[in-house]
Amino acid sequence: MAIGDILVDVQAVAKHYGDGETRVDALRQVDLQVRAGEVIALLGPSGSGKTTLLNIIGCILDPSSGRVVLDGDPVYDGKWLRSDLRRLRLDKIGFIFQAHNLLPFLTAAENVSLVLDLAGWAPEKGKERAKELLDYLEVGHRAPVKPALLSGGEAQRVAIARALANRPRIILADEPTAALDSKRAQLVMDLLRKLASEQEACILTVTHDEKIFDRFDRLIHLRDGRLTDD
Amino acid sequence: MNLALKDIRHGLFRFVLTCFGLGLLMTVVLAMIGIYNGLVADALAVVEAPAADVWVVEAGTKGPFAEASSIPADSRDTVARMPGVAEAGAINYQTVEAPFLDRTLRLYVVGYEPGRPGGPQIIAEGRGIGTSHFELVADRKTGLLVGDTILLGRSRFTVVGLVEGAMNSGGDPAVYMTLADAMALQTELAPADQRVQAARGAGAVKSASVAAVIVRITPGADVDLLTATLRQWKHLAALSQIEQENILLASVVDKARRQIGLFLGILLAVSAVVIALIIYTMTMEKLKQIATLKLIGAPDRTIIGLIVQQSLILGTAGWGIGLTLILLVKDVFPRRVVLEPFNVAVLAGIIVVVCLAASGLGVRAAMKVDPATALGG
Repeated sequence: MAIGDILVDVQAVAKHYGDGETRVDALRQVDLQVRAGEVIALLGPSGSGKTTLLNIIGCILDPSSGRVVLDGDPVYDGKWLRSDLRRLRLDKIGFIFQAHNLLPFLTAAENVSLVLDLAGWAPEKGKERAKELLDYLEVGHRAPVKPALLSGGEAQRVAIARALANRPRIILADEPTAALDSKRAQLVMDLLRKLASEQEACILTVTHDEKIFDRFDRLIHLRDGRLTDD
Repeated sequence: MNLALKDIRHGLFRFVLTCFGLGLLMTVVLAMIGIYNGLVADALAVVEAPAADVWVVEAGTKGPFAEASSIPADSRDTVARMPGVAEAGAINYQTVEAPFLDRTLRLYVVGYEPGRPGGPQIIAEGRGIGTSHFELVADRKTGLLVGDTILLGRSRFTVVGLVEGAMNSGGDPAVYMTLADAMALQTELAPADQRVQAARGAGAVKSASVAAVIVRITPGADVDLLTATLRQWKHLAALSQIEQENILLASVVDKARRQIGLFLGILLAVSAVVIALIIYTMTMEKLKQIATLKLIGAPDRTIIGLIVQQSLILGTAGWGIGLTLILLVKDVFPRRVVLEPFNVAVLAGIIVVVCLAASGLGVRAAMKVDPATALGG
C-alpha cells in the first residue's frame, strides 16, 4: 500500500428512508473514490447527505444499495460482507468528532491507549504509542490530564491522536474544527495533512469552515443526496 | 484497562454516596431480617431453655405459653414416677414490672425447682440459685448485675447469676427464681388484703398449682407413647417439645411474624426497584460514551463488562456497608436482632441477581445505541 492507492471506493451508493409518499432520498447513486494521502472536504447544505455518506463509509449506517470497498476490502455489496464491522472500524477507520467525544473518565493518554487496548496491543506498547502520538501532537505534557481540564484545542488534538492510534488508513472527520478558532483550525488541518502524508492515509472531512478550504486537496459538494461538484 | 473502575474513580464521591445510600437501604433490609429472626428466636428461647422432651399442662389447653395453664403442684411427683421419665420439674411463668434504680423493669419470672428441669442451662456469670429463697438469676438484658438487689412483690431478691438469651415471646428478659418464691410472688396478698381475708376466715396464701411440668425422658424412651399415656389422665395434657414450638410459632407470634415477613417482602421488592433504577440511570447517563466506544470499535463484551461490573461493585458495596452498619447497631435495638450467616448470604445472592437483572436492562439499552449518535456532536 502506498500513496495513490484507492482507500475508499464508493460505487453507486444510495440511501433512502421510508417508502412511498414518505420516502426521503438521502443519497442518490453516489460514486466517490479517495486515495491514500488525499485530504478531502465534503461540503453541502444541511440535509444534503454529507453525514449519511460519512456514516456509510464508517460502516455505521446501512446503504440502501451500492457497493463500498475500503482499503481494497469489499465491505458492502447489497449487504454487509463482514460480520465484525466494529473490528473493521477499529483496524481501518479513525473518527474525529465535532465535539472531541473523549471519554471523561480516562486521561488523555488513556483515551488514546484505549483504542490500542481494544485492538489487542500489549499495554506497555500501547502506552508508548499513545505517548509518542501525544508528543507528536504537542500535547504530551497533558497526557495525565482528564479531558475536562484540557482546552478545546488540546482536547481536539488528543481526539486526533486517538483516531490515529491504531494507524488506520481512513480517517473520517465530522466538523473537526467547528469548536476551534481560525488559527487553531488551520493548525489542526495542517496536522491532519501531515499525518495523511506520513501514514499514507486519506482524510474525509465534513466541514462548513471556509477558512480551512485551502487545506484540502479536493472539495466535494453534495446537494440533495447527489455529488454536484468535485 | 478496566473501564468500570476508571469510571467509578472519575466520579468517586457520587459513587460512594450512591453506595452509602444503597448501604442504608440494605441496613434496613438486614435489620428487618434480623428482627424477624429475633422474634422467632425469642419466641422459641423460652421453650428451648429448659431442654424439655415433654410438657405436661392443664387438660384442654395449649399452655403454658399460648394459653394459661394451671395444674396441681404435686403433678410433678406423679409424672416423675411414670416409665420412661428420667426427670421432671414443676415450673411457673409470670410477667412482673418492678422498679429498679430510676427505671421500671419488665421481667419474665420463671419459677423452677433447683436440681430439676426448668432452670437455666448455662450460667454466663456468677452462680446458679443456691438457697431456697430470695435469690435470682437474671438475663443480661435486664441490666441487672451480680450482687444487685431488686424488690419483687413484697420480697427483695439478690441477683446471684446472669444468663444470656432468656426471654419470653414478647422480648421481656427472664429472671429465674425458686418455684416457691415464684408461687409466693404470684399468690401472696398485700398485708391489708391478708388481714381482710384472715378476718373473713379464708386462707391467706393459696399456692398449690403450677403452670406446667417439664419432663426429660430416659434414653430410648418413646415421647409419643409417653404423651399418649399422659393424655389419658383427664386433668392433664401433654405436648412434645416439637408441638410446643409449633404452637408458639403458629399462634403466639404468628401474626407478628407474618406482618414482619410481609413487610420484609415489600422492602426487598422496593430495594430491588431502587437498585435497578440506580443502575439503569447510571447506564443511561453513559449512552453517549457507549456510542463513542462502539464507534471506535469496542466489542460488546467491553460495554457489557463496564455496565455489569459497575452494578456488581455497587451492589456489593451497598451490601457490605449495610452489613457493617447493622452489625454495629444491632445491639442497640430493644429486642434481639438475629442475623444468621445464611440470611446474609441469601441477601447477597438476591442483590447479585437484582444487579444482574438491572444490568440486563442497562445492557439492553446500551446495545441499542447507534454508534452514529457519537458523531452528532
